[in-house]
Amino acid sequence: MSTTRTEPCNETFSISQILKERGVSRRDFLKFCSTVTAALALPPSFAPSVAQALDEVKRPPLVWLEFQGCTGDSEALLRSANPTVAEIVLDILSVDYHETIMAAAGHQAEAALDKTITDYKGKYFAVIEGSIPMKDGGVYGCVGGKSNLERARQVCGGAAATIAIGNCASYGGIPAAAPNPTGAVGVKEAVPGATVINLPGCPCNADNLTATIVHYLVFNKIPALDGHGRPLFAYGKRIHDNCERRPHFDAGQYVEKWGDDGHRKGYCLYKMGCKGPATFHNCPTQRYNEKTAWPIGSGHPCVGCAEPQFWDVMSPMYRRLPNVPGFGIEHTADAIGLGLAAGAAGAFVVHGALSAMRKDKEPGEDAKED
Amino acid sequence: MSDRCKFKQYVWELPLRWFHWINVLAIVVLSGTGFLIGHPVTLGASASDYAMGWIRLIHFVAAYAFTVSVASRVVWAFIGNEHASWRAFFPMYSAKGREKLRHMIRYYTLQTHQVPEIVGHNPLATTAYFVLFLIYLAMILTGFAMYATHAPGGIMFKSLGFMYGHFSLQGMRLAHHFGMWLIFGFVINHIYSAWLMDIKEHGGEISSMFSGYKFTVKKGE
Repeated sequence: MSTTRTEPCNETFSISQILKERGVSRRDFLKFCSTVTAALALPPSFAPSVAQALDEVKRPPLVWLEFQGCTGDSEALLRSANPTVAEIVLDILSVDYHETIMAAAGHQAEAALDKTITDYKGKYFAVIEGSIPMKDGGVYGCVGGKSNLERARQVCGGAAATIAIGNCASYGGIPAAAPNPTGAVGVKEAVPGATVINLPGCPCNADNLTATIVHYLVFNKIPALDGHGRPLFAYGKRIHDNCERRPHFDAGQYVEKWGDDGHRKGYCLYKMGCKGPATFHNCPTQRYNEKTAWPIGSGHPCVGCAEPQFWDVMSPMYRRLPNVPGFGIEHTADAIGLGLAAGAAGAFVVHGALSAMRKDKEPGEDAKED
Repeated sequence: MSDRCKFKQYVWELPLRWFHWINVLAIVVLSGTGFLIGHPVTLGASASDYAMGWIRLIHFVAAYAFTVSVASRVVWAFIGNEHASWRAFFPMYSAKGREKLRHMIRYYTLQTHQVPEIVGHNPLATTAYFVLFLIYLAMILTGFAMYATHAPGGIMFKSLGFMYGHFSLQGMRLAHHFGMWLIFGFVINHIYSAWLMDIKEHGGEISSMFSGYKFTVKKGE
């Protein structure tokens, strides 16, 4: 997917030919099929079906639009594990438009996009990276004289499916963090009618993108989604429940401060503000960087980047609980609570003292309940 | 001190007293374990210990006991005696209730020396209890919503789906902490008021929650 393809789409396509061109052995391809089958949480017996489907696939065109984001998801994809084979799988798709890596520029590129979405209406895939600014008619994000919102409506509305890659495209992400000056939202909110698969994360794990596309190619439908529009195969389990440090959590062994003995021994990062208990993602099993590392494995707490509005709801990053609006950051919820309880106790001590000094009339006939 | 003869009245039925004391025990256990879950202490000597595991188990068992007890109390509001009835919780909806409520407020704010005689619930207390039940409901919903995330797709997770749609897990966590402190505020108030009325009313206010009997000027039915 290093260049924009110019040959026609939808031709039946021999993957063995591409594999030979790229110098990838059949064995490596089958290994890739097994890995992606596992990522999709399918039984191993599905691996041959995956291989067969990829062998016989018709090339659906794909357009990749970059809106209000940092291009981190494109970066993650370009640096993904198994680059050769994953690249080929994405190459099976005819990537007709990708602002960051296409060769075409200017009107020529915009014309290619327009041609794809007109010629293959209802058949192409759209991948959206970055949030969509909605405020003031969407003037805060424009490409080729068209606002992101206008393009999103046009492109996502006519796509077979739209993949919102990264937290920005899924839920608005960092641009949507308070005070959200551009009115940034995710794709589903901007184009409610579109079929959207959210692949949040900051960045999204490229393995999950590859697996989502393979799922579509094999089964010809989008994978099962959760309540936030995320595929269950990748976002169906909480980080906390698959975490390699979970035994330390259950045992009661915690990192108390950065670089302490517990931190060096790899204890649980719960007290350092880890949001693993509130985050659904397959990081512990799928990992990043050729499956070698992920934040908690490297000694940093999870910041919850796969959850809606994570920048607002998961902050502060290094504390268990959110700040309480209207109070200084040094006042945690429990300090405020303790203050309230102590205040109530104090008030009743005063009331008790006043009551003790009074001579009250015991209930009599005149006070009785009738 | 009056030498008036008082009548013994059966006010709090046995199930109601059980619900009360199960709630007390559950709140004590839930607060203690909950505090350790929110602010864990390194109790494990080795990775094969299970300190936090047991603390969480106790918290969850107490949570189920508390939920069943609170739900049973709500049911009892429809099948128990007049003092346990749901009607007692809305004194402001009857003229007599409003009058009693006004007297109680005047007494609590030290504006009258006349101690009101209350046979069942104090109308000011039931108003507070209604708010307390709403806090209980919030605690139960946020607690089980956080708990159910260990099994997404399960029955509990699905039936609490509306919670995840409306609130973030971190927001629920914050609310769950605040709920505990609000309940503490209530408990301080509740123990103080029971102690005050036990002294001022001479009706056996505190012992009634053990025995079920109060002593009143009015002759019982």
